[in-house]
Amino acid sequence: MSRTGTFPEEVEARLALDAKEIIARYPHSRSALLPLLHLVQAEEGYVSSAGIAFCAEQLDLTKAEVTAVATFYTMYKRRPAGQYHVGVCTNTLCAVMGGDEIFESLKEHLGVGNDEVTEDGKVSLEHVECNAACDFAPVVMVNWEFFDNQTPESAKQLVDDLRLGKDVKPSRGPESVCTWKQAARLLAGFADDRATEGPQAAGPSLVGLELARKRGWAAPDPDNLPTAPAADEGEGGTK
Amino acid sequence: MTQTNHAPADTEQRTVSLTIDGRELTVPEGTTIWQAAKEAGIEIPALCHDERYDPVGVCRMCVVDTGGRTFPASCIRPCESGMEVATSTPEVERSRAVLTELLLADQPPREEDPKQTTTADNELIEVADNYDIATIDDLFKGPGRGTDTSNPVIAVDHDSCILCDRCVRACDDVQGNDVIGRSGKGYSTRIAFDLNDPMGESSCVTCGECVSACPTGALTNKPINNIPIRPRSELDAVDTVCPYCGVGCALTYYVDRERGGISFAEGRNQPGNQGRLCVKGRYGWDYAASPQRLTAPLIRVDSSYPKGPLSADVKDEAQQSNGKRGRGRKPGGLVPYEEVLPHFREATWDEALDLVARRLGGIFAESGPEGIAGFGSAKCSNEEAYLFQKLIRTAFRTNNVDHCTRLCHASSVAALFEGVGSGAVSTTYGDITNADVAIITGSNATANHPVASSFFKQARRNGTKIIYVDPRSGTVADHADIFCQLKPGTDVALYNGIMHEVIRLGLVDRDFLASRTTNYEELARTVEAYPPELAAQITGVDADTIREIARLWGEANAGVIYWGMGISQHTTGTDNARCLIAMCSITGNVGRPGTGLHPLRGQNNVQGASDAGLIPMFYPNYQSAGDEKARVLFEEAWGTELNPEKGLTVTEIIKSILDGGVRGMYMLGENPFLSDPNINKVRKALSQLDFLVVQDIFLTETAEFADVILPASSYLEKDGTYTNTDRRVQRGRKVFDPPGDARVDWEIVQEIAQRLGLDWNYRSPQEVFDEMVPLMPDYANLSYDNLGSEGKLYPNPDPEHTDGTVVLFDDRFNTADGLAHLVPAEWLPGKELPSEEYPYVLNTGRLLEHWHTGSMTRRSFALDSIAPRAEAYVHPEDADELGLKDGELARVTSRRGEIVLNVKISHREARGNIFIPFHFREAAANLLTIDEIDPMGKIPEFKFCAVRIAPVADRVSTTVGGSAS
Repeated sequence: MSRTGTFPEEVEARLALDAKEIIARYPHSRSALLPLLHLVQAEEGYVSSAGIAFCAEQLDLTKAEVTAVATFYTMYKRRPAGQYHVGVCTNTLCAVMGGDEIFESLKEHLGVGNDEVTEDGKVSLEHVECNAACDFAPVVMVNWEFFDNQTPESAKQLVDDLRLGKDVKPSRGPESVCTWKQAARLLAGFADDRATEGPQAAGPSLVGLELARKRGWAAPDPDNLPTAPAADEGEGGTK
Repeated sequence: MTQTNHAPADTEQRTVSLTIDGRELTVPEGTTIWQAAKEAGIEIPALCHDERYDPVGVCRMCVVDTGGRTFPASCIRPCESGMEVATSTPEVERSRAVLTELLLADQPPREEDPKQTTTADNELIEVADNYDIATIDDLFKGPGRGTDTSNPVIAVDHDSCILCDRCVRACDDVQGNDVIGRSGKGYSTRIAFDLNDPMGESSCVTCGECVSACPTGALTNKPINNIPIRPRSELDAVDTVCPYCGVGCALTYYVDRERGGISFAEGRNQPGNQGRLCVKGRYGWDYAASPQRLTAPLIRVDSSYPKGPLSADVKDEAQQSNGKRGRGRKPGGLVPYEEVLPHFREATWDEALDLVARRLGGIFAESGPEGIAGFGSAKCSNEEAYLFQKLIRTAFRTNNVDHCTRLCHASSVAALFEGVGSGAVSTTYGDITNADVAIITGSNATANHPVASSFFKQARRNGTKIIYVDPRSGTVADHADIFCQLKPGTDVALYNGIMHEVIRLGLVDRDFLASRTTNYEELARTVEAYPPELAAQITGVDADTIREIARLWGEANAGVIYWGMGISQHTTGTDNARCLIAMCSITGNVGRPGTGLHPLRGQNNVQGASDAGLIPMFYPNYQSAGDEKARVLFEEAWGTELNPEKGLTVTEIIKSILDGGVRGMYMLGENPFLSDPNINKVRKALSQLDFLVVQDIFLTETAEFADVILPASSYLEKDGTYTNTDRRVQRGRKVFDPPGDARVDWEIVQEIAQRLGLDWNYRSPQEVFDEMVPLMPDYANLSYDNLGSEGKLYPNPDPEHTDGTVVLFDDRFNTADGLAHLVPAEWLPGKELPSEEYPYVLNTGRLLEHWHTGSMTRRSFALDSIAPRAEAYVHPEDADELGLKDGELARVTSRRGEIVLNVKISHREARGNIFIPFHFREAAANLLTIDEIDPMGKIPEFKFCAVRIAPVADRVSTTVGGSAS
C-alpha cells in the first residue's frame, strides 16, 4: 500500500477513540465506513489521503476499497470544502422553478465554479441532486440545512451573510447553521442535541395530511386490507 | 509418503440434481450453474467471470433462465435441486445481445482498441461478433474516462474498461497487493490505483496479474524493446521456467521470430505458481537481447599485463580523491565496455579454448590439485552444474568447486544436514495453505519470492496466522498477524526465548520428541536460561509478544517456518537455523501437511546446482566428498581417481589465492567481485591469479581480471533442467540461438574437458541428465520424458502418475538413525557491533525489481526504469538527526570502504539500522560488508556490520521526482 500522509499521532489517537465508538455500533466493522469517512471529513474539512489511510487502518480495508467508497458518494469531498458548503438543487423540478438561475447567479456572484471554494475559504458551491423537498422548490442547502423557496436574490443575500459571519436561519430544522466540519461530525453520528429545534415539516408538505384530517380520511388497516376490484388490475407481470 | 494431492477429508459430499438445457446433471452442492454447465460441455458466455477468481456476478452476460421472475447470473448462482435451467432461450440471448450492444457503445473503435490491436483477444469483441453486433459509432459518447501510461510496461485505457472487477480480484485476492479498486460513480466510474493515483505512482508492484485478468483493452502490456505485441497465433509459444528466483514459476514466452525477440510473457499453470508471475518474470526478460552481450571469445592483450582491474570504478581510483566519487559512472551502473574491451582481442574458439586448457593444465601440473578452483553458478542448469563439478573434480583432482549457495543458504543447509539429514525443504511454499500458523523470518518474501508470498498472503486470508520476524518492517509485515521487529542478529535469543516459554507452558509434543528426536534434554537446558524477559532485553521485542508467539506456535496443530537470508547470512547463521529446526521439532511440526522447514531458495537453480554437486564437500546428491564409499561410487562412475580431501569454499578460495594456494580459476557465470563480502580483498585476490577464465554473457567486474573471457549463453538460449525451492525439477527450453559466436555453456565445459584429455562426448543436456539420475537417489525415476510441462517434485516414486512428494520426513528423518538431532545454540552478538565511530548497523539485501549483481535486471528496460538508483534506507528520525534528506546524497562508510548513494527515508527501517540493496555497482554495498564467516556454513555476515552515514555536502543530487521501492 502507498505510504501517503498520515495524521499526527495526537490526532490519530483522538480519532481512534471516536472510531471505536462508531465501529461498536455495527455487527460488521466494515459497515462503519460511511460514518468514519464523515469523521475524518469533520477533522480536516475533506477526506484526505491521511483520512483514507486512517479508515483503512481502523476497518482492515485496503486503501483502494476506501477510495472507492469515498469517491462514489459526493457528500465526501476529496478537496477542502468551504466553511459553508452551499448546494443548489438543479434537478428537474428545482431547475424549472429557478434552481438553474440561482446556480448561475451564485457562480457569478461568488466567482467560483461548481465544486470550488471562495478565496476566503468561507463558501463552496455545488449543484446537488434532489434533496426530497420538491414542494419547496427551488431549494438551496447550507451544510445540509434547508433554505426553501429561494430566488437568485435571496440566495446571494444568504451567501453574503455567510461570508460576513452573520447568523442565518434555515427554513426548517435548527435555528442556525453549524460549520461544515461540525455538520460532518454530526453525520458521523455524534449528536449536537439540536435535533428537536425548529419545525421538521411545514407548508405544502403537510397539505395532504391537513386535507385528510379535515375529511376524516385514514389509511387502511394493514391487517384488514380491502380486496382490489378484479377488473381494474392494469398492466401486470414483469419478467 | 504424503503425495501432492491430499485427498479431501472423507466427509460425505452432498450433491444436487438438476437439468441444464434438458440434460440431467448431478453436481456437488455449492456448484454454480456456470460451472456445472461448463463441466457438461455447455459454454455460457461471461465477461466478469474467470475461474481463477471468486465470482461476483456483475456483468450479467452469463444470465440464464431458471423459470424464475428474473434471469440470475449463472456464474454466482448455485445449482439447486430440481432446477430447470435454459442457457440460451431467445429471451436470454436477446438480453445478452442488448447488454453487449450497450457495453460496446462505450468502447473505443476496434481499430484503436488496445487489446484488439495487440493480442487481438478482446473478449467483449468476441462476444459482440457472436451476436453479430458491429461497433456503434453514431452514438453520443460521454466525456471519456482517459488513459494512464504512467507505468513503464502496462497501459491503462479507462474507456475500454467494462468494470468487470477481474483486475481488482487479481490484485487483491490472487496477488494480495491490494492496489486496485474503483473510484467515482455512474458514467465516470473507473478502476483506481490506491487513492486514485496514476498507476506508475501508486504502490503497484507491476506484477501484471491485472493485465492477464483483463478481458478488454483496459489493461494491456506495452511493447518492450520495440517488439510489437501480436496475436498469440502469429507468435511462437515456448513453455519454459522463469530464470530469476527459486520459486521457479512456469511461464510461456511468446516469441516474434521475424523480429527475433520476445513479444510478451505469460504465467503458465503449474502446481506451484498456478499461472502467477511477478514483475521480473513477466517483464524482465529483455536482458538477453542486450547489445552488450559477449559474442566472441576474448583474450587479454600482452600490453595489459600485469593483470589488474581495468575500469576506473573497479580500480576504485576515485577512492583516492574523496568527493569525486561517482564521477564518470555509467547511468545504469554497468561495466564501462569502452574502458575494458581495448584490453582484450577477439579470438577464435579454438585459440581461446586451447589457451584455457594449456594454462589450467599447466598450473595443475605445477601446483597439483591445490592450485585450481572453480566457481559455478546457481544460474546454471542442473546439467551444467553437474558437468562443471565433474570437470573440476576429474580433470584437476580437486574438490575446490563452489558456487553462490555459499553466500545465501550454506548455513541453513549445514544446520539441516546436521539436524534432519537433508538440505532440501521439508515441504512446499504452497503447503502454507494447510498450516494454522506460519513463521516467516529473515525473508522479505514480497520482494525476493513474490509469487510464493502471494500464497502466504492468500493463506492468511483463509485463516492461517502469520508471524513475521524481521528487523525490517517489509511489506510482509503488513500481512502479518504478529510482526516481531527484532534487533538485527538476535535471532537465537528470540527463538530460545520462545522455546523457553513453549516448554514452560507444557506445549511441547512429548510423543514426537520421544520417538523422532534426540538431544531434547540439552536443548531444554540451554533455553532454560532464556526466559522471555531476557530474550526481550536482547532482541528488543517485548516479553508479552514473545509469550504470545510461544502460545500460538505451541498450540498450533500445524505450524511451518519459511526463512530467508536474514537467518542464514550471519556468523551465527547455522545457529539461527538450528533454532528453527528445534522450534519445529519440539512441537512436532515436521512431516505432516502444513508443517515443516522451508529455507526459501534464492536463485532459480540454487537447489539444483547444490543437488548436482557444485559444493566442495559433496558429490552430487550430497554424498560426502570425504566419505570413502561415496568416493568409490563416483570414481567408478567417472572412471578416474578422485581427491579424498574436501575442497575449499568460495570465501576460503579467495583467501587461498592471497596465500599463494589457488593460482588458476574457472568462473562460470559468477561475479564474485560484486557478490562477495569485502570487495577490496576480492580485488586483490583476483589480480593475483596466474590464470582466470571467465565464462559469462556480459562483461562483469570479475571479467576485468580475466586472461580469457568465453561468451556464454543466457538462460533463454539453452535447454536444461532447473530445480526450484520446492524441489520441483522443471525443464527450461531454448527460445533463441546464442548471439554471434556465443555458445551454450555445457558445450564449452565439454570442449575444455576434451582438451584436458577427458573422454567426454555428450550430445545433449538430456544425455547428461540420464547420467546424473542413477548417481542421485533423490532424482530417481525422473527423466526428460516424464517431467512434463509442469515439472515434478522429488523424491518421486512414480513420476508418470504423481506430481511427487510434498511433505518429507513423515515417518523418519534422513539422518543415519532416522531421528532429528536437536542442537542447542547460545546467542552470540554480531561480529562488528556499532561503536561511536560507526554507530549504525548495516543490513544488505535485495529489491523486488533487481537481481543480485544486476547484470540481468539492470539491462532490463522495465526493471531498471522502475528502480534505477542505489539508495540507502534510513529511518525518518535518524535522518532528521543526521541532516539526511530524501533523495539527496549520503556517504556510507565502514571500516572496509565507503560508498555514496541516495538517501531514502523509510518507515520500514528500525532506528539505528540502515538497509542498502547490493545490486548497484556504482554504490556496491559489499564494499562495506564484513567477510567474517559462520564457522560451520562458511557463509559471510552480509546482514550485519557497523557503518556511519553522513550527508555529502559538496554534491547535489541529480534525483528527479520520487522513486519506486
